[in-house]
Amino acid sequence: MALDLDWAPAWRIASAVKSGEASALAAVEAALARIERLNPKLNAFTAVVAERARKTAKAIDALSGGNAPGPLAGVPFAVKNLFDVKGLATVAGSKINRDNAPAVKDSPLIARLEAAGAILVGALNMGEYAYDFTGENVHYGPARNPHDLARMTGGSSSGSASAVGGGLVPLSLGSDTNGSIRVPASHCGIFGLKPTYGRLTRARSFPFVTSLDHVGPFARSVQDLALSYDVMQGRDPEDPVCADRDAEPVTPSVERGADGLRIAIAGGYFQKGAFPEAKEALARVAKALNVKREIEIPQAERARSAAYIITASEGAALHLERLRTRARDFDPAVRDRLIAGAMMPASLVVKAQKFRRWYREQVLKLFEGVDAILAPAAPCTAPKIGQTTVVIDGVEMPIRPNLGLYTQPISFIGLPVAAVPIPLAPLPIGVQIIAAPWREDVALRIAHTLEEMGVASAPRSAL
Amino acid sequence: MAKPDDTLDQFIEAAARALSLPIEPEWKAAIRANLEMTLKHAALVDEFPLPDEAEPAPMFRA
Repeated sequence: MALDLDWAPAWRIASAVKSGEASALAAVEAALARIERLNPKLNAFTAVVAERARKTAKAIDALSGGNAPGPLAGVPFAVKNLFDVKGLATVAGSKINRDNAPAVKDSPLIARLEAAGAILVGALNMGEYAYDFTGENVHYGPARNPHDLARMTGGSSSGSASAVGGGLVPLSLGSDTNGSIRVPASHCGIFGLKPTYGRLTRARSFPFVTSLDHVGPFARSVQDLALSYDVMQGRDPEDPVCADRDAEPVTPSVERGADGLRIAIAGGYFQKGAFPEAKEALARVAKALNVKREIEIPQAERARSAAYIITASEGAALHLERLRTRARDFDPAVRDRLIAGAMMPASLVVKAQKFRRWYREQVLKLFEGVDAILAPAAPCTAPKIGQTTVVIDGVEMPIRPNLGLYTQPISFIGLPVAAVPIPLAPLPIGVQIIAAPWREDVALRIAHTLEEMGVASAPRSAL
Repeated sequence: MAKPDDTLDQFIEAAARALSLPIEPEWKAAIRANLEMTLKHAALVDEFPLPDEAEPAPMFRA
């Protein structure tokens, strides 16, 4: 197939660069040109590191002979602006952090991707301090949905999803505390991987809720998630949560298919309140995989509540001093939630952490009988920018905290999830493929099967 | 005696003072709405019976 650098997946760019069909510099120039043309519309990037990217590309193009340029050779990528990028202040979507000194070193995930041949081209917009499901940001403006510029990207990894969905880059990194990879992947119609809690190092990324923070990739193909995830795995003493486990590569098994896997649909809580489009997407996936079995994840609603209060409390603890000294410099929507979180009685937060262990044990028992569970990634397709409420199950609720209704009970206990885009018209919506801890391979095998069948795919933006 | 409706407002004012958090009057309604929502979620967790021996999820290892 002819190489279309505006929409090619990462694996295709890498194979073109390795075979000499295209240079890494050409791949980077194509990404930079597209960013220049489309970022004024999408507002996905907050910083572009063009000179650094060209320099890295030239170094890759200079490799030859025994110096293989790596599995992601020449692949342009960008990161949510909470990852340290050498020479840039790590703003984490805030105005306050602009005053911080520039980072002295890249985040280890950037270093690992670049060691595999990928090329960082910039930093991406996000909801302030990651406390967000909408993608709106009073300081930098909202990132916009590549399928409808009047609509939200979802958050908090707003620019990460907008940039990949809009074809500015084939690969990006985001973070997910309660759904901040899976909700924007759903709204922007792309694939996202939230790995097991502790699988990828969070060192030199600006934190939010240490009990729940995860990081992971976005892409337009499952192969790209697998390739990037594999090169990012591994120990890191700089992040005490990062697992003391060897890397478990998933790329060799991703094309193995879903035969023999026991898959069930999450019932009860995970279907209550889902809009017809979320149900339709789930039904398509279930039909394609011939899944009829439904299971109940016990106490999922309570799990979401427990995640909610741990988030409020730990988030507030992180920002307490800034709330004292620079409260007016926060996004008011974030500030008022954080102040409320600071007032949560500690006894209730400790109870939430006790409940978390109980819930984990119950859900792990479920995985003795199934290999994967399917659930919606979001209750609805992307709402309009500026919309402040959403009616879920007949109740009008504030939109900012509620788009993560179906993602929170899952990240609460760190389960790995592949979010797959179902290209419904007029807007795509995602489905979560949830696996047991450390079984990213299972989630990605199912995601790849759906991609091969044409059930899951990233629809091309008309931009 | 405070009316039940005022109790949360008084709690917010007292907690703000105890934590040295400056709060502008125009922020109070949103803070209250957020705290009400968070406490509603907390009540759902609080009412769930767990044994005294239940360990919290994070474990410290010396």
